[in-house]
Amino acid sequence: MVSLNMFFHLTCQSWQFEIVNEMIELIDVHKAFAGKAVLRGVNLKVEKGESVVVIGGSGSGKSVLLKHIIGLLKPDQGTVMVSSIDLSEVDEDGLNEIRKKFGMLFQSAALFDSMTVWENVGFGLKRHTLLTEEEIKDTAIQKLRLVGLVNVADLMPSELSGGMRKRVGLARAIAMEPEILLYDEPTTGLDPIMADAINELIIKMRETLNVTSVAITHDMKSAYKIADTIAMLYNGEIVAKGTPEEIRNTSDPVVRQFIEGRAEGPIVLEGVER
Amino acid sequence: MLLKLIERFGAAVERPVEGVGRCLILLSATIKWIFRPPADIRNIFKQMLEIGVNSLPVVLITAVFTGMVLALQSYTGFKRFGAEGLVGSVVALSMTRELGPVLSALIVTGRAGASMAAELGTMRVTEQIDALETLATNPVKYLVVPRFLSGTIMLPALAVVTDIVGIIGGYFVTVMLLGASSKAYLRATWDYLNVDDIYSGLIKACFFGASFALISCYKGFYTKGGAEGVGRATTGAVVVSSMTILISDYFLSAWLFK
Repeated sequence: MVSLNMFFHLTCQSWQFEIVNEMIELIDVHKAFAGKAVLRGVNLKVEKGESVVVIGGSGSGKSVLLKHIIGLLKPDQGTVMVSSIDLSEVDEDGLNEIRKKFGMLFQSAALFDSMTVWENVGFGLKRHTLLTEEEIKDTAIQKLRLVGLVNVADLMPSELSGGMRKRVGLARAIAMEPEILLYDEPTTGLDPIMADAINELIIKMRETLNVTSVAITHDMKSAYKIADTIAMLYNGEIVAKGTPEEIRNTSDPVVRQFIEGRAEGPIVLEGVER
Repeated sequence: MLLKLIERFGAAVERPVEGVGRCLILLSATIKWIFRPPADIRNIFKQMLEIGVNSLPVVLITAVFTGMVLALQSYTGFKRFGAEGLVGSVVALSMTRELGPVLSALIVTGRAGASMAAELGTMRVTEQIDALETLATNPVKYLVVPRFLSGTIMLPALAVVTDIVGIIGGYFVTVMLLGASSKAYLRATWDYLNVDDIYSGLIKACFFGASFALISCYKGFYTKGGAEGVGRATTGAVVVSSMTILISDYFLSAWLFK
């Protein structure tokens, strides 16, 4: 009887655990800039350990969506929850505590160009831990090695190629051992081989660090490779969501047009006359 | 007709008023973050070096030549009515009350203000400021506070240097080149110079330092539109800071020297 009780209790606990461990949840998020609606009621859930890729055309609001997840932008309406915490209900310090769970790789890597590579990677450690300069440098070198870079620690970002900058950006994003990694167009502007190497790296990060990840991209090859779930953002809403296989075989004309990369179809290109 | 005129006027003042409002919001955030530990001493010293020490050569050259030309003009002018003996006082009072703070502020604005706006503007358009936030670092505390504090502290220091070097320049021209008596020059300098003249000049310098740093940071911090935006921010920072310094100079002088 006792063991049955125990089993029931544990089951309930693990079920509860599942519920509260929904890492990211966007509920009916609206955002407009200068009267122009960009997000019109986005709903998206990301489970712990899941890799979600949001696809959508240029100017569809993908970056805006990503910036809402880390609190860089606040929704006009709707809720953004991270680890069951509503971002609109926390103060500046609370938001910074939540941000420590995140690592973000920017499209242009956004490395601090006044600092060396290792100082970039160790920036978060320097600001938020009591580690010595030497310890920070050692950790930074170790993170750089994890993303496949050696002998670059003392270089300046301006001395690196585009692909190397992205790797350094990724090393900086993982330096604080985050639970969630956000990728803003990780393969844009890279040659196909480098793009694939970054895709491999994203998969490696997930496997070795066990992180939840959200990426935005319009590179379908990358999306198919790194995603557990692909969601399509169109007209300010998530119009389709499924596994890469489901998305590949969907009959939804909007999604089909996008994944096949056709100019003709239901998607209206902004500013382009038909 | 009248309605259209009012509408146009409203549209014309909307942006400047909005700018002033946002600048004041940035000021209040900056003041809030100044008092929130931990203090970023290393970053503050770095900015003090950039704004103060690195501006020293150009400030020194400007100050010495301003003192020299002031003495030269005053001497030849005053000679017409036999008041050459007052050149020392004119140089000392002009430098401490007016030229020391204003000239050093304008030079530092052109040098450090432009560079602040360009640096922060580039950081904005290349998403480095967003990156700071994602690394749980408040960009106002990390970027604006050290620049604002350094501007406020270093400008009075530079104004003191300008005052002294300007007076030395005046001495050099009056005594060494124009052959006036050294004793008379120094006496004229000391006799008419009050402590009030010096410290009110320094209050002005403090205000100018805070203003140019805040305006330059504001322009950089809210840059939009790529490389062109950075250019616009830099120009805007220098123009608006210089105008603010010159206009506020009148009102501060009217208040401090009444």
